[in-house]
Amino acid sequence: MKNIHVSTTLNGDEAEFVCAPEETLLDALRNRLGLSGAKEGCGTGDCGACTVEMDGRLVCACLVLGAEAQDAQIKTVEGMAIGEALHPLQQAFIDHAALQCGICTPGILVAAKNLLERNPDPTDTEIRYWLAGNLCRCTGYDKIIKAVQIAAADMRGA
Amino acid sequence: MEYMKPSTAAEASDILARNEGAARILGGGTDLLVHLRAGTMEPGMIVDIKHIPGISDITPEDGGLRIGAAVSGQRMGEHEGVKQMWPGVVEACELIGSTQIQGRCTMAGNLCNGGPAADSVPAMIAAGAVARIEGPDGARDCAVEEFVTGPGKTVLGKGEFVSSIFLPARPKGASDSYMRFIPRTEMDIAVASAGVNIELNSDGTIKSARVALGAVGPRVVLVPDAADAIIGSKLEDPAIAALVRACEAACNPIDDKRGTVEFRTTVAGVLAKRAARTAMTRAQENATGDKS
Repeated sequence: MKNIHVSTTLNGDEAEFVCAPEETLLDALRNRLGLSGAKEGCGTGDCGACTVEMDGRLVCACLVLGAEAQDAQIKTVEGMAIGEALHPLQQAFIDHAALQCGICTPGILVAAKNLLERNPDPTDTEIRYWLAGNLCRCTGYDKIIKAVQIAAADMRGA
Repeated sequence: MEYMKPSTAAEASDILARNEGAARILGGGTDLLVHLRAGTMEPGMIVDIKHIPGISDITPEDGGLRIGAAVSGQRMGEHEGVKQMWPGVVEACELIGSTQIQGRCTMAGNLCNGGPAADSVPAMIAAGAVARIEGPDGARDCAVEEFVTGPGKTVLGKGEFVSSIFLPARPKGASDSYMRFIPRTEMDIAVASAGVNIELNSDGTIKSARVALGAVGPRVVLVPDAADAIIGSKLEDPAIAALVRACEAACNPIDDKRGTVEFRTTVAGVLAKRAARTAMTRAQENATGDKS
């Protein structure tokens, strides 16, 4: 087994890591790069807790090899806030209690941000379909949908 | 395990041929990585085909479209040309998995898994799609309906892999549709499915048709009798009844917790009927240039 050296762009900054060929991007982010925002829920692409953005598309980091990140643009929940200033979605999730245990939250934030970049004014139904791959076992989803709508309105007004 | 990223199709097929049985193709990875984790596959080598030129492209060809093997479902849905020409194929691809899966999953991968319930496959078969296979002796083409030989089994031989799917040209007054039944609204595997592709004559009758059914047998099947049942018609009630009968006759499903034999058979006929009507409406719209 030969380790692979990977150069990538992570939240806008150049990053390098070494990983095993079969190592997932999720494990590389968490264990090699110290970014523990993306969570492992199911490990099979069903729950969305490991959602990150890769070249502008949402992916389950558990279904991407670390080696595939070579020359890619990776964005994670850690890149959402600018310094101490939270992203409007993060603020809305806090203000409107759109989380309880928080395990699903980083993935939902990354997925919702990608949605609002494509569609700044989605319907509730569009948000629900977009987030169908992000499971939350606490909130019952209503507060999540509401927080995304509030953040979207905030971002449209900004 | 080794990770390889060949830069040509010939190199990829050479690696596959030299490591027969031990090497697995990585395209979108949405199935491969699940198998790796579950230990149901333990390849000695992973061959990432995404660095082969053209494999991530959608390219016009002979009036149709060549869809590279690494083109994701989401990318298909974003492509106006594919959506306009083959809306049924795009709606089938877009049903695969969640937004996150859509960012990576591919039609070629969906086909190569050889699953009877693969959403994009009935739509591809109805479309008359052709898989381009690269191998040690160069490229060859295989009609999608002949590609899968049984559950999980395909025509791919030593050193071969699918590099693209070709969706043929189509005239005005032609369109397609795909429908599936699942017991929820999202994120599930088809219990039964149907893809229908039709072309209209100038008088509005059906000139030619292709009907394919998924999840009602060991492999997705093309049902010529179902197509014959509606050719020449405007989908009047007797033609629809004949279509449904032909579809039901072609079903040979399993009986499991997700659906009984009777249920799958009945639903396949209903889906074919509805998909035929949707394809008809779309074909009428694009015959008059009245694009909805």
